[in-house]
Amino acid sequence: MKTYQADEKGYYGEFGGAFIPEMLYPNTEELRQNYIRIMQEPSFKEEFDQLLKDYVGRPTPLYFADRLSKKYNTKIYLKREDLCHTGAHKVNNTIGQILMAKKLGKNRIIAETGAGQHGVATATVCALMGIECIVYMGEIDIARQAPNVARMKMLGAEVRPALSGSRTLKDATNEAIRDWINNPVDTHYIIGSVVGPHPYPDMVARFQSVISEEIKWQLKEKEGRENPDYVVACVGGGSNAAGAYYHYLDNPDVGIIAVEAAGKGIDTGESAATSALGKVGIIHGSKTLLMQTGDGQITEPYSISAGLDYPGVGPMHANLFTSGRGEFISITDDDAMNAGLLLSKMEGIIPAIESSHALAILECRKFKPEDIVVINLSGRGDKDLNNYIEYFNL
Amino acid sequence: MANRINTKLKEDGKLLSIYFTAGYPKLADTVEIIQQLEKNGVDMIEIGLPFSDPLADGPTIQQSSTAALKNGMTTEILFNQLKDIRKSVSIPLIIMGYFNPMFQYGVEAFCKKCQEIGIDGLIIPDLPVDVYHEEYQEMFEKYGLINVFLITPQTSDERIRFIDSVSNGFIYMVSSASVTGAQSGFGDEQQTYFHRIADMKLDNPQIVGFGISNSETFEQATKSAKGAIIGSAFIKHLNGHGVDGISAFTKTIR
Ligand SMILES: Cc1ncc(COP(=O)(O)O)c(C=O)c1O
Repeated sequence: MKTYQADEKGYYGEFGGAFIPEMLYPNTEELRQNYIRIMQEPSFKEEFDQLLKDYVGRPTPLYFADRLSKKYNTKIYLKREDLCHTGAHKVNNTIGQILMAKKLGKNRIIAETGAGQHGVATATVCALMGIECIVYMGEIDIARQAPNVARMKMLGAEVRPALSGSRTLKDATNEAIRDWINNPVDTHYIIGSVVGPHPYPDMVARFQSVISEEIKWQLKEKEGRENPDYVVACVGGGSNAAGAYYHYLDNPDVGIIAVEAAGKGIDTGESAATSALGKVGIIHGSKTLLMQTGDGQITEPYSISAGLDYPGVGPMHANLFTSGRGEFISITDDDAMNAGLLLSKMEGIIPAIESSHALAILECRKFKPEDIVVINLSGRGDKDLNNYIEYFNL
Repeated sequence: MANRINTKLKEDGKLLSIYFTAGYPKLADTVEIIQQLEKNGVDMIEIGLPFSDPLADGPTIQQSSTAALKNGMTTEILFNQLKDIRKSVSIPLIIMGYFNPMFQYGVEAFCKKCQEIGIDGLIIPDLPVDVYHEEYQEMFEKYGLINVFLITPQTSDERIRFIDSVSNGFIYMVSSASVTGAQSGFGDEQQTYFHRIADMKLDNPQIVGFGISNSETFEQATKSAKGAIIGSAFIKHLNGHGVDGISAFTKTIR
C-alpha cells in the first residue's frame, strides 16, 4: 500500500532525508538510532501521556461549532489545541522532546523560534524539568514579539538574537544548528515543526499525532464514526497539520486540506505560500519545497502571521502536495483576519492568526451539508491581540 | 590528464590552501584574488560560492557571503568570471558551496561547467557522503571532479573508513566540533585527534581546516596532516586590507 508516512531513511516520496554537514552527523545519528525505541518504551509513554493530561490539559475538546456550521451549511468541528497550556499545539512536541532529551542524557536545550510560540513552549518544559534553555530568535522578531520574549525570560530561558542573514526565523534556525555543531555532546536541539533533517520531521509528527488520535475517538463518540470527510489545518512548517492528519494520512476517505499564508497575495512578492511559490531544494537539512531565487538563495517569506512565515514546508507536506493527496489553499492576510474576527463573534473563541487562516477557507471552499469538517484550531489569539487591535482599530 | 589536486598532493612539503568567498569584498575581485594567491605561493584555493544560509559557517564567512550576495554574486556570474582562469592560473581550484545553489543550477550542468573551466574539485558540506555515493559519485567522476568530505573529532572510525573509501583526493579534517571561524590555538584534545587520524593510515591524505589563522596554528595542524586550509582569517584580512594586502597575509603564515 502507498503510504504518506516517512520511510526508514526519512523520505516522504522524494522529500526529506538528512542533508547535513558532517559535523551534525553524530548528533542526528544518535537521535535517529534511538527515537523510535525510546518513544515505544512503556516508561516513556507513561510519562508523556501523564504530562499531556495533567500539565498540557489533554485531551483537548473536539467542539461542534453550531453557529458556524449553520452559517456555512456544513458540519464544522473545531479541535481545540488553543486550550493547550501555553496556548498552542507546540507544547505537545516540546513535552515529547524534553523527555527524549532526558532519556538521551542531555542537559542543555536549544531551540529556534519565530513568533515566540515554540520558544515559549520550549522554555516552559525546560522550566518544568529544570534544564538549561537557550532560544535563538531573529533580531527583528525579538523586536516584533516583545511579550513572548518576556515570557521566555520569566521561564528562565536565555533568548539569543540571531544577527545573521535576514534576522528572522530561518536565521534563528541556522543559529540553533550552528550551536548544535559547536555543542555536539551535551545538547539536544528541540526543533519546533516537522522540518529539519531526518528524524525530526517524523519524530515531531509522531509527538503531534496525539491530535488526530483524539479526533478519532472523539468523533466516534459524537458522530458514530472515526473519520471526518475533511481535516483542515494551517501549515507554517506543518506540525499542527501533521498531527491533525497523522492517523488519516493513508485513509483515502478522509480529505486533507492544507492552508498556507498568501500574505498580501501570491503574486505580490509578499507571501508565504510555499506550495504555490516554492521549488524543490534543500533547507535546514531537508529536501523539500522552499521559496528561493532562481539562483538557489532562500528568500524571506511574508505573512501577517508570524507562525506561518517559514520559507519552506516540512517534507510530509511537500509530498502531500506533489502527490495530490492534499488539497492546498492559500489565504490572504485580510481573509484570515476577518475569519478570526468572525469566529470570535460567532463562537466566542479568539483564534491565533495562524489558525484563522484555516478557518478562512470556509468562505472560499464549499462543503456539502452532510460533510463533517474538522478544523484544527492550533492556537489562541492572546499573543496576536496587538495585531488584531491594529488591524481592526479596536 | 591527472587531476591537479592529486598531482599537488604528491609533491613534498606541506600545502597551504586558502578559502575566500567569491564576490567579496567586491563583486569583480574573484580573478584578482586567485591570481594574487598563486603568485604568493599558495598551493590550492577554495572558491566559496556564497549562500544565503551557510549553516556550517561562523560569523566571518556568513558576513562575507551576505555581502557577496548583496554585491550581486550568482552561480552564473562566478562561472563567467572564471571562464578564462586557466590561462593565468595553474594551481588546483576547488569550489566550496552549499548544495541548494548547485541543485538549482542542475547538478550535472554544474559539474560540466566546472570541468570546462578547469575546476578540480568540490566541497559541499551539506551533501552527505551517503547521498553522494548513491546518487552523484558517478556523475562527479565523469567530469573529472574530486569531491572532498569533512570529518570531525566526533566522526567514528567506521565512518572515517567509509569516507576514505569514497574519497579520491584528500579528506578535509575539521579541527574541532565547531563552525568555521578563527581560534587562537589547538589544545590537547585536538592533538589527540590529529594523532588518532594519523594512526589510521588512511588512503587519502588529510588537510586540516577550521581555526587555522596564523603560522603557529598552521605549523601545529600540518605536523601530522598534509596541509591546512585558512578561511575566516583570510577574509578578515581582506576586509581590512583589500586585495592589495594578500602578500602581507601569506607572509605571516609561512
Ligand atoms: C498557533 C500556531 N499555529 C500554527 C503555527 C505554525 O506552525 P506549524 O505549521 O508547525 O503548525 C504556529 C507557529 O508558531 C502557531 O503558533
